Amino acid sequence: MALDHSDKPRTFKVVGTRPPRPDGIDKVTGRARFGADIVAPGMLTGRVLRSPHAHARIVKIDTSKARALPGVKAVVTRADFGAVPEDVADVIDNCMAGDKALYDGHAVAAVAASSAAVARKALRLIDVDYEVLPHVTDVDAAMKPDAPVLHAGRQEETVPEGYSQNVMSRVEFGHGDIDKGLAEADRVVERTYRTGATHQGYIEPHACLATMGPDGQADLWCCTQGHYMVRNTCAAILGMEQGQLRVTASEIGGGFGGKTVVFLEPVALMLSKLAGRPVKMVMSRSEVLRATGPTSSTSIDVKIGMTKDGRITAGFAQLRYQGGAYPGSPVDMGSMSAFAPYDLENVKTVGFDVVTNRPKAAAYRAPGAPMAAFAVESAIDELAKGFDLDPLEVRLKNAAREGTVASYGPTFPAIGLEATLEAAKAHPHWTAPLGENQGRGVACGFWFNFGGDTCVTLNVTPDGTVTVSEGNPDIGGSRASMTMMAAEELGIPYDRVRTIIADTGALGQNEVTDGSRVTFAVGLATIEAARNAKREMCKRAAMIWGIDEEAVEWVDGAARPAGPNAGKHDPMTLKEIAAIASNTGGPIAGHYEVNAEGAGVSFGTHMVDVEVDPDTGATKILRYTVFQDAGKAVHPAYVEGQFQGGAVQGIGWALNEEYIYGEDGILQNAGFLDYRIPVASDLPMIDTVILEIANPGHPYGVRGVGETPIVPPLAAIANAVSEAAGVRMTDLPMSPPRVLAAIQGQKGG
Amino acid sequence: MRYEAPQSVEAAVDLLAGAEGAFVLAGGTDLLVKLRSEMLEPDLVVDIKRIAGMKEITPEDGGWRIGAAVSGAEMGEHAGLVADWPGVVEAAGLIGSTQVQGRATLAGNLCNASPAADSVPAMVAANATVRIVGPQGTRDIAVIDVPESPGKTTLAPGEFIASVFLPAKPKQGGDAYLRFIPRTEMDIAVVGCGVSLVLDSAGKVTSARVSLGAVGPKVMLVEAAAEAILGRALDDSALEDLAAACSAAASPIEDKRGTVDFRRHVAGVLARRAAEIAATRAKGETA
Repeated sequence: MALDHSDKPRTFKVVGTRPPRPDGIDKVTGRARFGADIVAPGMLTGRVLRSPHAHARIVKIDTSKARALPGVKAVVTRADFGAVPEDVADVIDNCMAGDKALYDGHAVAAVAASSAAVARKALRLIDVDYEVLPHVTDVDAAMKPDAPVLHAGRQEETVPEGYSQNVMSRVEFGHGDIDKGLAEADRVVERTYRTGATHQGYIEPHACLATMGPDGQADLWCCTQGHYMVRNTCAAILGMEQGQLRVTASEIGGGFGGKTVVFLEPVALMLSKLAGRPVKMVMSRSEVLRATGPTSSTSIDVKIGMTKDGRITAGFAQLRYQGGAYPGSPVDMGSMSAFAPYDLENVKTVGFDVVTNRPKAAAYRAPGAPMAAFAVESAIDELAKGFDLDPLEVRLKNAAREGTVASYGPTFPAIGLEATLEAAKAHPHWTAPLGENQGRGVACGFWFNFGGDTCVTLNVTPDGTVTVSEGNPDIGGSRASMTMMAAEELGIPYDRVRTIIADTGALGQNEVTDGSRVTFAVGLATIEAARNAKREMCKRAAMIWGIDEEAVEWVDGAARPAGPNAGKHDPMTLKEIAAIASNTGGPIAGHYEVNAEGAGVSFGTHMVDVEVDPDTGATKILRYTVFQDAGKAVHPAYVEGQFQGGAVQGIGWALNEEYIYGEDGILQNAGFLDYRIPVASDLPMIDTVILEIANPGHPYGVRGVGETPIVPPLAAIANAVSEAAGVRMTDLPMSPPRVLAAIQGQKGG
Repeated sequence: MRYEAPQSVEAAVDLLAGAEGAFVLAGGTDLLVKLRSEMLEPDLVVDIKRIAGMKEITPEDGGWRIGAAVSGAEMGEHAGLVADWPGVVEAAGLIGSTQVQGRATLAGNLCNASPAADSVPAMVAANATVRIVGPQGTRDIAVIDVPESPGKTTLAPGEFIASVFLPAKPKQGGDAYLRFIPRTEMDIAVVGCGVSLVLDSAGKVTSARVSLGAVGPKVMLVEAAAEAILGRALDDSALEDLAAACSAAASPIEDKRGTVDFRRHVAGVLARRAAEIAATRAKGETA
């Protein structure tokens, strides 16, 4: 088959349109089945007992009274899991505490009972003997040599002397000579910035249903961003073969990175194994906030030098991220991304990964990058304003472009940062007038984007419809996008294709839905699977026509004879080929398996207007515009939705969201009343401008778009608030008490 | 847990007096949430919505008697109530979401005894009273005398509020309630302030009631704030004195919702803004 490869920009028929999403009706009518909607005959209710202490040695757990309670079918503590492989040791310790409870809400035991009421009662009957230890929740405090230590003896050699053992590792990136660069500057800004820990705030709490039979075969249904990861992790923890555990992903009510790890699943499997019955577990909102994975709180020093015409001569940042109770904060990605938007001769970032008595951080949309961008983009803004320079021009002057050696190492291919800055400059928002107490801020952001292991199977049914099976939970409309790419490639209408998320038994390994990888990597695999199916269909047509396979091409949904020696045959449509497939060799399918590379980095520029009430410190977002490179927008409405969603989560992070711990190390705001995500009436319409600078690594030019939009907002909003309030804001969230105190402090000084 | 829906006040009183761990259900926007989140495990829930009068707003002595199960949404639809006590209606309308508005009641908001309850400072400014029924009969008390401390009321076991009474609106009177929240809705007051005042024909204040919420263990009537504006036109200097009196009277705690300094300052800011709205209303202008 001759494939229609070409260097010319192709015209699309389906890609770039806005059809309704296939999961839409189910979701708006309530028919969609989320994690808590799965039931099984005879299922038990599982509940978790959680530590009321921030840091405590678990001396003894007495479960005998709970076990004796009628209706209790199983009680699990860490002892039931025994030894596990080293790569999942921290995972199980986070799901079920071992020697120590490391944070408020850390699971210490679990029960499975015939009803929620019995389970609740059983938890009260479990007697845990705690030896309360000193705790630390602040990142800078945790780094001091005399801080209470969470894990002794696990510090990596990369950490210099003089730090607490809570500092697990140190990373460094950059090139050039910082001191030389700073000496060339006309002005240097040096500041410390801090950001609060925020939670992804997905609306659906974690939930799962596990059932394990006496034969050792198990099934698990759960809401997750990656059921293959759940399978592999749980199999390792439970000492099972991966093939014996089948995991099915439910519909997912938001993840944003927070559902890329396991919390309940290994516990539910163990409870089911011991009880011999299916066990269902659903977290409450307060459990979600106390014991799943928020992102890091951070403390960041930045030092940037600039000439008076706006050239950045040196950029340095030291980033300190606490990642909760176990190593693995996203400080490495913060350190790599901090200066990524700029073409700098002298740049260096140093990152410290710090543990504290908080829940272990999980990924949150561009993990690590928004805080780093907040610090760097705030300092650049301050320098630009100090020289009375246009902040967009300053960014354009220093912008990374094709051929720039990135601060974290690689040399960029074609990228879209300049395009977003130029679009921002040309947009009417940039020149719209501002009123009293109002300010405008801009900031840029970067995200790497990922590819990874991916499998897709595309089946042609006997009646000529097409089903696509992929292994990545759909968190952002990806079933629609896969359907569109399959339809585009096959030359058939969108509504003739249906895409499903297959269980772990149906496909090979699939990387988690993360890293903005799905539309890129699964899209690529879908297109290649469709091409393989087309090849097979051309072969079938060639067989019927009695001509050479190479003399058949696929155009507009049909096999056609091509070339001088093909002869004259009427085209055979997909439907016609499918109808006689049984007689031409059997069912027709295409599949594709790949470790996808060439994801293509993504840049965005955000612009925001705010008004600050000088009497209360309250900030109102007046206008917001997102400019971002999407490579190629497969379904523009969902690309816009990603831009808007990132901006809104950034608004929450910038203004009000924050984990608040008391002196006792207990989380004070484990609920959506006092953990304040924005409500609809807090927000203006978020305007979007999609730029399309094709990614050479994808057949249609697609780049991931899901994470970049949360990178610029913290800085853009801080720059706007600082202008409106007349005082530079360096700590997030910029809650009304904090902004009012800054305004009053400015007046006083 | 037992659920009862009596048809009369007497039957409800008998049920409540005869059981420990009994709770009254009207709108349920606090009770049901506490039940679901396992904060309460009641033995008995007495639903008062089927008792005659509980869902009615009736004129009385020039004012309005509001049944204990009347929702905020129903108040917002009642033209007479909205015309006379817009501040109280708006305060009730700030509670929760549109869905919650269809259930939440003044009496429930008062009996939940949260210092941050939105409708309570507005009712106190309006000099509202409540009618309490119980084993010892019926008594009327001022709204301000109902809360005792966070989560506790002065009601005796077996008693419940049957209705709230808003007195006749004074001629050339107006009221307003404002609260500060970090968001625009679905939130809890960091500071709340109710103002009810009467102006003479020259625009001078002839009487005033100023109340604060969320800046002490319970709602407070700030007499010094009322005195600060009595006999004066609401010019900048009068409003500044009003604000200062409210900031001085506030005795907030420092918690996750705000600092002491912030709450004191904002108490003054809100008093000033609420007084301006109330004055506009007293002059018969719309605000």
